[in-house]
Amino acid sequence: MGKPTGFMEFERLEEGYEPVEKRLTHYKEFVQTLSDDNAKTQGARCMDCGIPFCNNGCPVNNIIPDWNDLVYRGNWKQALDVLHSTNNFPDFTGRICPAPCEAACTLGINAAPVGIKSIEHFIIDKGWEMGWVVPQPPKAKTGKKVAIVGSGPAGMAAAQQLARVGHDVTVFEKSSRIGGLLGFGIPDFKLNKSVIDRRVAQMEAEGVVFRTKVIVGDKAIPAGINNDATETVSAAQLKKDFDAVILAAGSEVPRDLPVPGREFKGVYAALEFLIPQNKEVQQGIKNPINVKGKHVVVIGGGDTGSDCVGTSYRHGAASVTQFELMPAPPEQEDKPLVWPYWPLKMRTSSSHKEGETIREFAVATKAFVEDGQGNVKALKAVRVEWKDGKMSEVAGSEFELPCDAAFLAMGFVNPVGSLLEAFGVDKDGRGNAKATTDGEGCYRTNVDGVYAAGDVRRGQSLVVWAIREGRQAAREVDAFLMGTSALPR
Amino acid sequence: MESAVPERQGLYDPANEHDACGVGFVAHVKGQKSHAIIEQGLLILKNIDHRGAVGADPLQGDGAGLLIQIPDLFYREEMAAQGVDLPPAGEYGVGMVFLPQEAASRHACMEEIERSIAAEGQRLLGWRDVPVNAEMPMSPTVKATEPVIRQVFVGRGPDVFVTDAFERKLYIIRRRAANAIKSLHLKHGQEFYVPSFSARTVNYKGLLLADQVGEYYLDLQDKRTVSALALVHQRFSTNTFPTWDLAHPFRYIAHNGEINTVRGNVNWFKAREQAISSPILGDDLKKVWPLHYPGQSDSAAFDNALELLVMGGGYSLAQAVMLMIPEAWEKHALMDESRRAFYEYHAAMMEPWDGPAAVAFTDGRQIGATLDRNGLRPARYLVTDDDFVVMASESGVLPIPEKKIVKKWRLQPGKMFLIDMEQGRIIDDKELKDSLANARPYREWIEKIRIKLDEVPAADETCATPPASLLDRQQAFGYTQEDTKVILEPMATNGEEPTGSMGTDSALPVLSKKNKTLYAYFKQLFAQVTNPPIDPIREELVMSLVSFIGPKPNLLNTVDVNPPIRLEVSQPVLTCTDIEKLRNIEKYTSNKFRSFELDICYPVAWGKEGIEARLASLAADAEDAVRSGANILIVSDRKVDAEHVAIPALLATSAIHQHLVKQGLRTSTGLVVETGSAREVHHFALLGGFGAEAVHPYLALETISGMAKGDAEKADKYVKNFIKAVGKGLCKVMSKMGISTYMSYTGAQIFEAIGLKKDLVDKYFTGTPSNIEGIGLFEVAEEAIRLHDEAFSADPVLANMLDAGGEYAFRIRGEEHMWTPDSIAKLQHSTRSGKYETYKEYAKLINDQTKRHLTLRGLFEFKPQGEAIPLEEVESAKEIVKRFATGAMSLGSISTEAHTTLAIAMNRIGGKSNTGEGGEDAKRFLPLKAGQTLSEIVGASRIERDYVFKEGDSLRSAIKQVASGRFGVTTEYLVNADQIQIKMAQGAKPGEGGQLPGTKVSEYIGKLRHSVPGVTLISPPPHHDIYSIEDLAQLIHDLKNANSQASISVKLVSEVGVGTVAAGVAKAKADHIVIAGFDGGTGASPVSSIKHAGTPWELGLSETQQTLVLNRLRSRIRLQVDGQMKTGRDVAIGALLGADEFGFATAPLVVEGCIMMRKCHLNTCPVGVATQDPELRKRFSGQPEHVVNYFFFVAEEVREIMAMLGIRKFDDLVGRVDLLDMRAGIEHWKAKGLDFTKVFHQPKVPADVPRRHTEGQDHGLDKALDHKLIEQAKKALEKGQKVQIETSIINVNRTCGTMLSGEVAKRYGNAGLPDDTIHVKLTGTAGQAFGAFLARGVTLELTGEGNDYVGKGLSGGRIIIKPSPDFRGDTQHNIIVGNTVMYGATEGESFFAGVGGERFCVRNSGGTAVVEGVGDHGCEYMTGGTVVVLGMTGRNFAAGMSGGIAYVLDEDGSFKHRCNLAQVALEKVVPAARHVAGEPLHRDQADEVQLKELITRHAEYTGSATAKRLLADWEASREKFVKVYPHEYKRALTEMAAAARKEAA
Repeated sequence: MGKPTGFMEFERLEEGYEPVEKRLTHYKEFVQTLSDDNAKTQGARCMDCGIPFCNNGCPVNNIIPDWNDLVYRGNWKQALDVLHSTNNFPDFTGRICPAPCEAACTLGINAAPVGIKSIEHFIIDKGWEMGWVVPQPPKAKTGKKVAIVGSGPAGMAAAQQLARVGHDVTVFEKSSRIGGLLGFGIPDFKLNKSVIDRRVAQMEAEGVVFRTKVIVGDKAIPAGINNDATETVSAAQLKKDFDAVILAAGSEVPRDLPVPGREFKGVYAALEFLIPQNKEVQQGIKNPINVKGKHVVVIGGGDTGSDCVGTSYRHGAASVTQFELMPAPPEQEDKPLVWPYWPLKMRTSSSHKEGETIREFAVATKAFVEDGQGNVKALKAVRVEWKDGKMSEVAGSEFELPCDAAFLAMGFVNPVGSLLEAFGVDKDGRGNAKATTDGEGCYRTNVDGVYAAGDVRRGQSLVVWAIREGRQAAREVDAFLMGTSALPR
Repeated sequence: MESAVPERQGLYDPANEHDACGVGFVAHVKGQKSHAIIEQGLLILKNIDHRGAVGADPLQGDGAGLLIQIPDLFYREEMAAQGVDLPPAGEYGVGMVFLPQEAASRHACMEEIERSIAAEGQRLLGWRDVPVNAEMPMSPTVKATEPVIRQVFVGRGPDVFVTDAFERKLYIIRRRAANAIKSLHLKHGQEFYVPSFSARTVNYKGLLLADQVGEYYLDLQDKRTVSALALVHQRFSTNTFPTWDLAHPFRYIAHNGEINTVRGNVNWFKAREQAISSPILGDDLKKVWPLHYPGQSDSAAFDNALELLVMGGGYSLAQAVMLMIPEAWEKHALMDESRRAFYEYHAAMMEPWDGPAAVAFTDGRQIGATLDRNGLRPARYLVTDDDFVVMASESGVLPIPEKKIVKKWRLQPGKMFLIDMEQGRIIDDKELKDSLANARPYREWIEKIRIKLDEVPAADETCATPPASLLDRQQAFGYTQEDTKVILEPMATNGEEPTGSMGTDSALPVLSKKNKTLYAYFKQLFAQVTNPPIDPIREELVMSLVSFIGPKPNLLNTVDVNPPIRLEVSQPVLTCTDIEKLRNIEKYTSNKFRSFELDICYPVAWGKEGIEARLASLAADAEDAVRSGANILIVSDRKVDAEHVAIPALLATSAIHQHLVKQGLRTSTGLVVETGSAREVHHFALLGGFGAEAVHPYLALETISGMAKGDAEKADKYVKNFIKAVGKGLCKVMSKMGISTYMSYTGAQIFEAIGLKKDLVDKYFTGTPSNIEGIGLFEVAEEAIRLHDEAFSADPVLANMLDAGGEYAFRIRGEEHMWTPDSIAKLQHSTRSGKYETYKEYAKLINDQTKRHLTLRGLFEFKPQGEAIPLEEVESAKEIVKRFATGAMSLGSISTEAHTTLAIAMNRIGGKSNTGEGGEDAKRFLPLKAGQTLSEIVGASRIERDYVFKEGDSLRSAIKQVASGRFGVTTEYLVNADQIQIKMAQGAKPGEGGQLPGTKVSEYIGKLRHSVPGVTLISPPPHHDIYSIEDLAQLIHDLKNANSQASISVKLVSEVGVGTVAAGVAKAKADHIVIAGFDGGTGASPVSSIKHAGTPWELGLSETQQTLVLNRLRSRIRLQVDGQMKTGRDVAIGALLGADEFGFATAPLVVEGCIMMRKCHLNTCPVGVATQDPELRKRFSGQPEHVVNYFFFVAEEVREIMAMLGIRKFDDLVGRVDLLDMRAGIEHWKAKGLDFTKVFHQPKVPADVPRRHTEGQDHGLDKALDHKLIEQAKKALEKGQKVQIETSIINVNRTCGTMLSGEVAKRYGNAGLPDDTIHVKLTGTAGQAFGAFLARGVTLELTGEGNDYVGKGLSGGRIIIKPSPDFRGDTQHNIIVGNTVMYGATEGESFFAGVGGERFCVRNSGGTAVVEGVGDHGCEYMTGGTVVVLGMTGRNFAAGMSGGIAYVLDEDGSFKHRCNLAQVALEKVVPAARHVAGEPLHRDQADEVQLKELITRHAEYTGSATAKRLLADWEASREKFVKVYPHEYKRALTEMAAAARKEAA
């Protein structure tokens, strides 16, 4: 522990943001990493708990107290090593993780938790800045070949782990770039894509082969899911050419809103808006959707919804309203009964603050109204009440709202079923690839040599969970190929 | 006669017995024999009766005896009647023989004796039946074991002329016969025993009560039986099993105390067998071996060794005793040079027999006594004008008219006192030792033969760095990041062992999935009850880390004119340079020394099976090396690399050491270990304890040098600091067992093993207890190989860094812990929400250890013996929760808010909360009304988070703890207890003291502890009134006197042998015993103690249950268990193993909000639980309701288990080990070797012997003198009227005035009565604890003298002791009160017209005392009060003194040499007029004013001539006084004065 009394002396310091008016003019990252001095005092706030709840709260089990201490002492290089020992891509999580570790921080019981995420962000940015993040190619090759389907955080983590122990890893990606949802789903202003690209370069130097625009499986994928593929590889071929396969294709099928008027122009799945926007920013391909001067309604209160909100403001929307079916969560959770677990509470993202976002809670969308030309012009909704987990509409509370564009951001229901079917992989009740995460044979599907990790297995989740699963699956695959594995779980 | 000691069974092992006792002698200096001396000896026995113990049957004592000179005339006439003419006195010997009752065996034994007599060329004169009183009432169990007692008379052979030679012959006859009888292996042969066999002395002893000795042995009643000396002893054994032979005296000694190092001492004697020869005994020496037998007591072993020194070495008895119990010479600056040289010279010959001891010894011509180096036993003596000397454990054992007494004194630490009856005079310590010290040129010899390793020129060679990388080697030896960060870094930077908090909850090594070092399987043993731990800091002067490397000189060759040289190190941790010197030692010592290296690495390709043969080869190589002249063996694992795995250095060292011991070669060589594995204090302790004379921890040194990052100067400092820290740590480890020298610690094996197979331990760690089996030799190798493989593997996580660890702080993927984020969260959520289902989730996380193995009980399962019953039929939770108590956590260790929350909760459920060691606010004793608030009661300024009470709430803690610091222990405190708990040890740091830093001593805490705010408070390691079991009995008696309604509880910590200690505690009349697991504990402790001292409660509890049941003592005791007690399953298992009650500490704290920061020692607890910081205390969120919920949940879970087991009443659960089994199908590679048969053992006793608490103790309070005092003080007690009482008193009237004070405190609280309301005038010698806890308003004025513990816990009363007007001695040179006077006094005053013993005013916090001289360690740990010493002090005055003032009369200016100046300044007493205005004053008075006033009153109360003399020329007298002023106290006074000025301004 750096400073035993640090938590009493120093206040929590949030990372700085570029002012709204300025950041709305671009799509670049606007978060300012901590300065060296601030990182030090923020690290000093860590109490080096006998039981670091953060270590448990973090899905990749980052050894947070240790690197907090190292940052406090200015041992940045060592801090980076400790951070990398549990997390392949702290540059991703340090930017976009909702930080369950901070929810679990013991200082958070009765004070502001340690700014763990900001310190993580600091360490990895410092690492890149100093040139400490370098490829770690294997000392020897095993001659074993592993295919990874999907290049999101799960696939990338698995690929890096396996390449570093000497396997020949090929990553297949149907999009035109690597990163999965990170690459095209999350706006650049949240995660600059160069952050992914430098990792791709690192991994290539470690021996990973990336094949973009290649779709695996011979069956069609549902419409509305981005597909830049120009080449198809069959499941059978993959199984034949590789000693093991990891399915890390994510959970891409969006939840739809089957209400009257869903088919009108102007009602989109969120990614139909966000992916083209990313392509515009990164590749200069114009986003066919533009909400400048429009009344935007975002349906769904999660992170994807927020991204739609932020992007809409950057377009210059006339108004942005966000719907959430559930009632408004409390501003502050009942800490004594919730801590150290992830609390249900009002969360306001940076995007919400980029305009006068109207947030409606406990509302259900009943129908879309058209302008006579097939374009949406309004939305009908009703207020709802929740009792014992059951929803009922409040009589007489129907209302109509002007709506020129609606983005459905209600989450993703499951992976693309055809991929699993192509491999003959069993699904669980929710349509995800069926595999366990613990004990003998974990991450292994019913098909010999085929593993599943990340959202494709667990359903939609956080980047940090994807990294965890990618790492753990890599260990299983390594053990499967080699008999034992020295990779950490 | 049947052997009455039960065989080893279950966890009971007779080897664990302890004893202590009363000892005494009476002798005529001029050797005038009389029968009166025998009568007086017997009377002494009667008068020290209270120092013995009785077992389950009041007629069964632990043994007593009397040793006298041979009554020649009596035997002559007796034998003449048989037709045997005895030769002249001195020409025949008498053997007192215990023979088997069984006739054939008896004859066989007698024949062996006769055969030996003949074989040694002496004459059998005849046998005599020793007449005994067959009618005397005797316990049937004692009667069943009564031997046939006969005497054999042996005449000298034709070629033996002098008695000394004849004694040697008799010795050989006895040894030879005894060895011959042993080798017959007769069942009844064990009953054969020879109490004495001498031409000078005869020993009458037996398994008798003290007053039965004279009644039983009719010889002693015969007027013709005369002697000039009578040596007597009364034994107090922890067990109740009747053994006639273990009674004292032995042939030469009677011993009060305990030899802590006995296992090592006995081993070292065994190790010497081949190596020593005796010029005196010649070939006869062979007949002596084996010197020691299994099953002997420490005293018996001591006697045997002493006898060999005298018989075989030709040492005088006194010199032999000095060799065995040397004074603390190592750091004794004041010791005469030649005497130091004498000790130093002999130190290399034999390690001390270390431990508290008062040994009285005699060979029939001389009689004397000595005390251990630290004076841990009492011994008082007096000399009369008609040449009688009486020495005993206490004063007043014989009624001797005061006018005949010329000197009253005591034995002082390390001092000896000898009466030579042939010379007809007393030889005092100085004369005796001077003559021995100057008998030979020891100083010159030492200079010539001693080589200090430090002074050997630095080696040319440097340590070669091994080829494998530092990281790989660290990993190969199991280093983790925590080892560097938590262990090594603090040691390197601060020179201190690191501190931790909150006990340990990680997996036992044998259950751990991680690969552990072999060290982790061993637990340190520690002293509790039967002997005291030592304070290695404040009493540093007795500690020594000196070690000799190399062969030991021939112990029996006193005529060696060319003694061998020896290599000395001042401490046993060797640097790189040191080890290189040793490696090339022949170069530096002209070939006197030759070292030989034993490489303990072997090719990893050989696998785990390779270890066995490799160890065998190593042992053989070691033997060869020694036989071919090597005399320093270096056991080294330096050659470890990718291909070579190191055998754990501990295993290799012990294997080699033990092999050499068995071969009798060990004393021919030194044994040094060079290992990469040693890094913690525990590791060094183990290597030393299993035989290493020194250790070179090369890898630890490399690691810490690396921390300096190339700064050579810093690296050097780090290494020095590390060595210093290890040294301090070693002192602590040794001292917790009461051992003060590394010499005697070496090879003493003060450890037990947890999780090692018996055959592994028996073979390589012979004699070390290991009760639950575990891993064997090959698994030990496998674990080492696994570590090795990881180290040299391609594991990417370990490629650049060490394993994270997770032992000291939780880490995912680290070591498993019981407290995890989830278990804490679930427990807090459940108790806050009142949801039992959530509690069950918590309980499952703790209880289900099918995947995570953590505790022994985790491997248990319930084995119902009948049908399950409906839950409704089970005893209610409301009843069960009454069996629950919270742990002893002081207000100080935890916040006021946390402390009171626990008390409210426990009072609501009818359980018990515990004050902890820190007193309790009297305002908390009163019942509360609804709506009152905590701040109203305690004071708003003292509360940071308020609480509103419910009707009937109470803040009073039912359990009042009495710990070694005695903070806040007043009569009022005691009378407000339901239970008084004597904390002998605590799980987190058994055998150690504690410290509350001044910064934590707030105004409130200071008030509660009767100390000055801001002044550091130290709790000593031992209770200074409990150095042995009979002392504990005394304290129990004192407390029971103060509050007869309270049950007296004794808290012990689980370790092997705790059952036997508990049996002793039961015999000492405790009502309640707590067995604490090693893993519990809240406050700050050294991490090595948290992890490595003591054992899990499962072991200690079942051993205690088994031993108490076997002893038929279980019914008198309520047994409580604690230590990581968390769930109903824990409770149920505790009950089945024998517990009636259950203590919880950590879990309720977690319920209050604790999240296991493990930062209690830093005062930074962020949830306001374990901190005094007001800001942080505001964050406290605990509620009594939550705690109540928790205990009901636990009880509910217990009920479910009871229903499943078909048990309705909780009582029926207690002791039902048959309902437990080991879980089937344990796959864990290490855990599967465990075997709990011994834990689940049901003692073999009849079914009607109770297995739970069913009856009370008889405390014998009805005999108290106080009943008379209370009766006569009725008017004072009831109406406050002044009364005066007169009575006589003798030493058996113990604890006088205490019961009376309890009555005062019950009525008037701590304020008591107005001064002197009850004035008691007494005459005589008071028993122990005179005036203990004396309340204000009571004055005890004694004419005569006092014994130990006068005025302990003084609570406002006044004690005056003055000599009888008939006594002629002067008060500055005669003792008037014994040891440990005014211990823990809080208020009140005492005036002693005479000298006090050792540790006068120890831990005094507010008492005032005037005395005319004190022994060693005066005013130790004093935190407040005023002491005036009008005479000489002993050494180490003011050690650990942080408050109060002492004024010492320093007539010759020598005081400064005897004062420990670490914490105090010595100032002059300035005239009152010369005080500067505004200068802070002690008690607001000028020094001169209060000093003069006290001396004036001393003169007035006692009539002291000294006082009068001083007053007569006050100006001159004042100049001779030295004011002892603690730095901290001065600072606190100055600060308070400044604060007061600020307030006024």
